[in-house]
Amino acid sequence: MARLNLIQAITDGLRVAMREDERVLVLGEDVGVNGGVFRATEGLQAEFGSERVVDTPLAEAGIIGASVGLAVQGMRPVPELQFAGFIYPAVEQIVCHVSRVRMRSQGRFSCPMVIRAPYGGGIRAPELHGDSPEAFFVHQPGLQVVCPSSPYDAKGLLLAALEADDPVIFFEPMRIYRAFKEEVPDGHYTVPIGQAKVVRAGTHLSLFAWGTMLRVSLEAAELAKQQGWEVEVVDLRTLSPLDRDTILASVEKTGRALVVHEAPKTAGLGAEIVALINEGALLSLEAPVGRVGGYDVPQPLFALEDLHAPDALRIMHGIANVMNF
Amino acid sequence: MMNRIDQEQADANTVSTDQLIDMYRWMITVRHFDRRAVHLQRSGRIGTYAPLEGQEAAQVGCGFALEKRDWLFPTYREHGVSMVHGLPMATIFLYWNGRPEGCISPRGVNIFPIAVPIATQLPHAVGAAWASKLRGEDTVTVGFLGDGATSEGDFHEAMNFAGVFKLPVLFFCQNNGYAISVPLAKQTATETIAEKAAAYGVEGIRVDGNDVLAVYEAVKWAADKARSGGGPTLIEAVTYRFGSHTTADDHTRYRASDEVEAWREKDGIERLRRTLVERGVWSDELESDAWERADRTVQRAIDEMLSAPPVDHNRLFDYAYAKLPQQLQDQREEMRTLYGDGGGK
Ligand SMILES: Cc1ncc(C[n+]2csc(CCOP(=O)(O)OP(=O)(O)O)c2C)c(N)n1
Repeated sequence: MARLNLIQAITDGLRVAMREDERVLVLGEDVGVNGGVFRATEGLQAEFGSERVVDTPLAEAGIIGASVGLAVQGMRPVPELQFAGFIYPAVEQIVCHVSRVRMRSQGRFSCPMVIRAPYGGGIRAPELHGDSPEAFFVHQPGLQVVCPSSPYDAKGLLLAALEADDPVIFFEPMRIYRAFKEEVPDGHYTVPIGQAKVVRAGTHLSLFAWGTMLRVSLEAAELAKQQGWEVEVVDLRTLSPLDRDTILASVEKTGRALVVHEAPKTAGLGAEIVALINEGALLSLEAPVGRVGGYDVPQPLFALEDLHAPDALRIMHGIANVMNF
Repeated sequence: MMNRIDQEQADANTVSTDQLIDMYRWMITVRHFDRRAVHLQRSGRIGTYAPLEGQEAAQVGCGFALEKRDWLFPTYREHGVSMVHGLPMATIFLYWNGRPEGCISPRGVNIFPIAVPIATQLPHAVGAAWASKLRGEDTVTVGFLGDGATSEGDFHEAMNFAGVFKLPVLFFCQNNGYAISVPLAKQTATETIAEKAAAYGVEGIRVDGNDVLAVYEAVKWAADKARSGGGPTLIEAVTYRFGSHTTADDHTRYRASDEVEAWREKDGIERLRRTLVERGVWSDELESDAWERADRTVQRAIDEMLSAPPVDHNRLFDYAYAKLPQQLQDQREEMRTLYGDGGGK
């Protein structure tokens, strides 16, 4: 076992998959010679050649559209979008085609691919590099949306995504790409898609978060502890499909809940999770479910980005609102 | 397609000596600005920055050929032409410092805020040109792009509209050979960018982008044509960036040092200096004076950026809507309660 950070775990996952399965190919802008702008594909072109680790023209719609053709002909493309903020030119391909191939062909074709996209703010990157567009894709039937928050999960979920017969959008929290290391098993293992994980047990309130916001939420849980509130922190890991059972079980245990995300609050994924809790655990609730999201303004330039995204203070404020209801 | 790249240095007689000297001073100023910006990033005073060193001739030549009333739709690398067109240097620094004030060009300076998503500004330039055509104005709109941008669908759509509606728009492409690490040959199977214009019924010109006069002439010609109803032009200025794509990039991973060196030999600043010396209008004294002046100007802008008051928190909300919905007013109240009105978190 090696101690890896999140991005190294992703590279390792890609390497394992490419060694095991000749159908896997990586494509995108700067993924080859340069090893990706974040170095997620570092060393892969040297090992697997430029036919399997492909520098493409600067064209997101082309990258995803070509991946559809590759996938329906039996390949396993792993297209990289440099930043989730640049996924928008490819939205037509993802929404109109990637997500519908199986349905439209009534099962004759499927479209397995893993679209990798670093997302979220917090690295002082230029405008538009810090968007969190996960809700758009959760809203689109036919896709799976995954968002790891740790190196171990990142590799395991990536390998699971590559085995899936359905397309997966794999959002990577770039703010914590290099924040910490943990033990990551060598070789192949998977973390199943569709299962959330309780990362901190608690009794007073269930906090649901993912990706970039997970560690901030854990900080807030520490602040809450000083108030005598034991917060249970659940890492959703897979955003589509949501792990309904784990969410409801946690709420049934604690009786209170808060959802935290970096994306704007309105019509974000938090709203869906609140609805899910209403439908499945209403009678367990002792307070309305709270939401802490990014403010409902476009992702600002970086001088204002720390204000835009929830921090431990704001999450603590959200926890207090639910606890003091 | 006109291909001017192989001709000898453009005819220097079309511009006056004074104007040539002016261009030279601007090119030095732009270079000095650029080098200082890279240092400011390295010392943590600004964020990620996109350097343009090597592309001064293309940008200054283009800027000089335009009129004040013309409109620019730039990307993240057009500091040079933007300055020449009137954008205050301090504004550019503020932008790279992540400050919202950095997006605002003063009234009368016709520059749209920088577009970060590649090629997305080109349809805007087309629409703006369309508006001036509809209003019967004598204005040219310039959409800026790199070679990589020509791979995006937006480039195709913009060119096509421009051709169909015969709009007074210029597409000014600085072909610096790379889109981050991807060389031109992996970006397009055509030999030149300029030849792409033909497919849209647009005229294409290829010009030596390190020859400030050649660029000036080409842009001037295309702008005059546009003003007189002759329609759009795609100008490919062939140039090179000496450094990395941004301060977050390392160009030594994908470019050989002798390639970079060979391009340094073709430096547009050096070339214009030789011309000035040949004309007998330049001296070592004037040279060091020009750099000193540039330094003073750039330093003033840096001081202005560094002494700007802390960012006003209200800016997060104030311009999201013309009329802020109640729910956002509530969020702004929450923000103020938690973090105050400014001065950083
Ligand atoms: C839609 C989109 N995809 C990806 C990026 C990331 N990116 C920023 S600059 C760049 C390369 C652009 O190359 P080119 O158009 O040649 O312009 P240059 O940077 O050389 O001036 C890329 C891929 C982006 N900004 N927008």
